[in-house]
Amino acid sequence: MEQKTKIKAKDGRQELVITREFDLPLELLFKAYVEPDIVEQWMGTKVIKLENKKHGSWQFQTTDARGNVVFEAHGTIHEFVPNQKITRTFEMENAPFGAQLEFLEFEPLTDHTSKLQMHIVYRSVALRDQMLQLPFAKGLNMAHTRLQDVVSKLN
Amino acid sequence: MTAGAIAANFNTARPTVSKHLQILTECELLQQQQNGREIYYHINAQKMKQVADFIEPFRAMWEDRFNKLETVMKNYKIT
Repeated sequence: MEQKTKIKAKDGRQELVITREFDLPLELLFKAYVEPDIVEQWMGTKVIKLENKKHGSWQFQTTDARGNVVFEAHGTIHEFVPNQKITRTFEMENAPFGAQLEFLEFEPLTDHTSKLQMHIVYRSVALRDQMLQLPFAKGLNMAHTRLQDVVSKLN
Repeated sequence: MTAGAIAANFNTARPTVSKHLQILTECELLQQQQNGREIYYHINAQKMKQVADFIEPFRAMWEDRFNKLETVMKNYKIT
């Protein structure tokens, strides 16, 4: 089966492009990026602030069951054209990656389908490659934690 | 496959195909096998998998996120 989400990350470039075709009309796809309560549902994070306008800013935060902050990110919105595009920055708190620039472009395919292209520009090639490895590192860490849990029960 | 057989599948000049084969061989994505006067190229599946694996967790993370978005939005109607 063809993969719905595609990533283009050319070697030696400090950028990548994510594309995805949705089984949703354009208006609903765009709405998923605009309404804070909807963003919370699919991003799995709390939306502290989301000002969808030029010069607006946004802030997301995820806490664990005990209220500890496990993820925090923020950025500014540079351009906001309904049903067409969002240009924004993204920066994770307490992480050494710095800000990245994101160009989101939404387009209709049919009355019931649409496409999103996310063009992300990083400060350097090395940073981009680190970001690409992040979910892998996270998965590995989780595996290690599980391993630790299992081993500590054996002692 | 020989370089000639591979080149026959593309609308590019033979030297261009040779150059690509050379780079892919340097990257160990292809392996060469000398057979008399001919060189056969084989795909190095293991190496190819390593390259794909590098980006796969990142892709899978976004795929999950977007699948969720799609599921959530199917409950909404255009207003």
